[in-house]
Amino acid sequence: MAMLRISLLALLSHWRRHPLQLFSILTGLWLATALWTGVQALNSQARADYARASALLAGPAQAQLVARRGERFEQAAYVQLRRSGWPVSPVLEGRLRFAGAEPLSVRLLGIEPLTLPPGTVVAGQPGGASDLRAFIGPPGQAWIAADTLQRLGLQPGERALTSDGQRLPPLQVHTQLAPGVIVVDIGHAQALLQAPGQLSRLLLPADFAVRPPDLPAALAELLQLQPSSAGDDLQRLTDSFHLNLSALGLLAFLVGLFIVHAAIGLALEQRRGLLRTLRACGVSLRGLIGALAVELGLLALLGGLAGVACGYLLASLLLDDVAASLRGLYGAEVAGQLSLSPQWWLSGIAMSLFGALLAGGNSLWRAAQLPLLALALPQAWRAAQSRWLRRQALLAGVLLLLAAGCWRFGDSLLAAFAMLAALLLAAALLLPALLDATLAVLARHSRGPLAEWFVADSRQQLPALALALMALLLALAASVGVGSMTEGFRQTFVGWLDQRLSADLYLTPRDTAQALEISAWLAGRPGVEAVLPNWRVDMRLQGWPVQLQGIVDHPSYRRHWPLLEQRADAWTQLAAGQGAMLSEQLARRLKLGLGDRLPLPGAEGEQHLSVVGLYADYGNPRGHLLVSADWLRRHWSEARLSNLSLRLQPAQVAALKEQLEQRYGLDATRLIEQATLKRWSTAVFERTFAATAALNSLTLLVAGVALFISLLTLGHSRLGQLAPLWALGVGRTRLAWLSLGQTLLLASLTVLLAMPLGVLLAWCLVAVVNVQAFGWRLPLHVFPGQLLQLALLGLLTSLLAAAGPLWQLARRQPADLLRQFADER
Amino acid sequence: MLIVENVYKSFVTAQGSLPVLRGVDLQLSTGSSLALMGESGSGKSTLLHLIAGLERVDSGRILVDGQPLQGRREAELARWRREGIGLVFQQYNLIGSLDVAANLSFQARLAGRHDQAWIGHLAERLGLASLLARYPEQLSGGQQQRVAIGRALAARPALLLADEPTGNLDEASSAAVLDLLLELVSETGSSLLMVTHSARLASRLGRTLYLRQGRIQPGEA
Repeated sequence: MAMLRISLLALLSHWRRHPLQLFSILTGLWLATALWTGVQALNSQARADYARASALLAGPAQAQLVARRGERFEQAAYVQLRRSGWPVSPVLEGRLRFAGAEPLSVRLLGIEPLTLPPGTVVAGQPGGASDLRAFIGPPGQAWIAADTLQRLGLQPGERALTSDGQRLPPLQVHTQLAPGVIVVDIGHAQALLQAPGQLSRLLLPADFAVRPPDLPAALAELLQLQPSSAGDDLQRLTDSFHLNLSALGLLAFLVGLFIVHAAIGLALEQRRGLLRTLRACGVSLRGLIGALAVELGLLALLGGLAGVACGYLLASLLLDDVAASLRGLYGAEVAGQLSLSPQWWLSGIAMSLFGALLAGGNSLWRAAQLPLLALALPQAWRAAQSRWLRRQALLAGVLLLLAAGCWRFGDSLLAAFAMLAALLLAAALLLPALLDATLAVLARHSRGPLAEWFVADSRQQLPALALALMALLLALAASVGVGSMTEGFRQTFVGWLDQRLSADLYLTPRDTAQALEISAWLAGRPGVEAVLPNWRVDMRLQGWPVQLQGIVDHPSYRRHWPLLEQRADAWTQLAAGQGAMLSEQLARRLKLGLGDRLPLPGAEGEQHLSVVGLYADYGNPRGHLLVSADWLRRHWSEARLSNLSLRLQPAQVAALKEQLEQRYGLDATRLIEQATLKRWSTAVFERTFAATAALNSLTLLVAGVALFISLLTLGHSRLGQLAPLWALGVGRTRLAWLSLGQTLLLASLTVLLAMPLGVLLAWCLVAVVNVQAFGWRLPLHVFPGQLLQLALLGLLTSLLAAAGPLWQLARRQPADLLRQFADER
Repeated sequence: MLIVENVYKSFVTAQGSLPVLRGVDLQLSTGSSLALMGESGSGKSTLLHLIAGLERVDSGRILVDGQPLQGRREAELARWRREGIGLVFQQYNLIGSLDVAANLSFQARLAGRHDQAWIGHLAERLGLASLLARYPEQLSGGQQQRVAIGRALAARPALLLADEPTGNLDEASSAAVLDLLLELVSETGSSLLMVTHSARLASRLGRTLYLRQGRIQPGEA
């Protein structure tokens, strides 16, 4: 123990003399841990909220009866089942809209607490634990999470007013409740949702559902038994989003570890003498490695603690954007405040320890293996590096094969990310070999002693800078790839929105009756060119939630509904009730193409339509299906008129909007102008990629820090290499410029390689990852301006990273250079 | 012709100013050789560095062919080192990233006086012909010192400054290296100023001066 303590103290004394290296290692661990834990904080907060949302009615009620068609069914079915001895409990779900500075849509859950299966947990509390009398009312209670209450701008006990002018029961905060949800008694829910006598599902105890009696014949047509799956849907829908965030976090973590690896490696080189002395004084190899490991652990603990704290801060900053994206894209509610478990903090520290071991393990191994008495010989190091380069190139080849295999045979998001990871890692491993080969070619063509030295010395620096350059390559390629994908997506999305949102006003009526009334009123108004009703039925196809939209035959669809693929007479067949058009993601999920037959579960049995067209439906995580409105209403009597698209003469838009608002009490959430809808959609898009852009920038920053620290730590040994040139008559300023040129040469070559790699990455994202994650494929766009901008940013990062060390060099006094001639090297 | 007149030099240390040279005078005529001896810390290397333009004098003058070194800008001093002198260090100070051939020709090419035939001749004479493709770290100490001598003489400098050029070598190797050095200096017609601790080596040169406590011993300038 004493030996370990003494060895440790001796090793730690190194950092007093080299505080910069200590700073490098701690910075690397801090940044790596901060970015990783920040992303994980966002993910775990979101997942915890999904879990809370899906556990609204948790416990033995694991099964449910739902409508075979449509979303709701008559309450009479519930009464009939109770009379038949089925222990069912009714639930009604829907959305409530609240007007305000920021219109809010909240999920309303109506329950019947007296019939809930025994042991059911409602909003984190046993169903029977609450004051049922107060809950059922009057005036009843509306349970709400503190976060949602805050977003409504109300206090507990107040009664919220919906945009339809209806008052909720007094609000009561339940801390365990998921955000974006309000729970009321089912009677209140039916009134608030204007669904008298309607139910969404019937809960069943799981043990009863294992072997249930047959449903009465009349109800068997109406209902079907299925396991509870709302939470699963949310989990499935958002998985790809979280996986994307995790991938970016992991990339940043790895880039941060490059810094740690470089600094620990340098510390080992500089402490050879100390290690030799310790061994000579009788410290065993095991004791020495143990002391080095303890030292590494201490550093990891310090860096990890700082990293986890900053990760929390980072997640707090990004949470709003992520929450807005999840709400906009998936309708998933995530709380606006982080509440993380102790496990998250501990796992952050564990990740830092793991990272330190990963980054420093190689140095520990080298400390145990290398002959400590040997002096550091740069050329021998380069020769050893050549062997490493060959092995790395071989490994890169294997990884490229793996990437190709994942692309060719993979059929999952995990395979797509494995392909990306293999590709990036292969490129990073190949980088030193490619740079070395390029410098070798340059060496053959360089003329003049300084040019020859410039290239030869750059090659000699390569092993020490390789990791930082790899970090720069990965960070830049990720920026180019994600940037091209985002920009391409933005252009495609905006173009698609421009085409698709061609109506002047979009109207969401309260119900079908109101929609029909409004249609009739609009039909005779001057300035109204067309009223296009959209009929809607929600269903599941192969377990996937799908919206079936029925449209009328109108030329504007032919003009404005962009199709990716279509049959020659697509719109005619659709209007005739013979064909259907599918969103791209639904077609991929159902594995259907043009001409295939699509089976749909209708009231009179399965209906079949031919697939006549495919269209993009960006941002919709659910499947979407376009059919003729007449055909839809013929086969689905429960189809509701969900909205109206109004084509108006431009001069009449404002006046008609005002008339509609006044006549039918429609507010801004129900009557939206085209421009507003486009603005909202674009805002959701921007916020979706805000977190991605922030993580990308941080990763590039980390890569810059890695390069800076590598150059700074190289600074001292560089002096020994530059001093002879100075003595031979090369001025200090010129030497500083030459050194800058060397850094810029290596950085430029790296940036040059990062550009095509980034474009390849963009292709992987739009053509493989997007298809697996969201079901849609985007055209690959390359933006030369953006590439140039990122290339310049990469060079600027390198320039800034090199500036500090070079400034030090340029300011060196001749005495410092002279000392190089006197010191033992 | 090299003239050093009443040169003073001191260094600032944590303990205050440390005078190293206290009024040194010496002369070295073209084509002649001079050994500079003295105890450690007597200022020998400092004087060499001042003549090479690696340091600046506090006061006094150093004249080369009648032209003073003081007052020259750094770029002019760099040019002086590049074109006017050859430097041989005890630690060789070869450029690790270049092979022997490139090291040999490096300064001559910097000075724009590259003569491949002469460098080939130097390599032959220095026994380096078979080692041209090697890197400095692959050579022994004696071989590295021979490369350093070859590099310094490749541009045929008017003045060769050698700071304990055989300090790291054993006696036999020292003698052999010095033989070569003197022969080649004679071939190039350079003047030679060599710092050494060895009286035996010093005796091979034309003159010897002793530096004690920053001053040339009286009567020996």
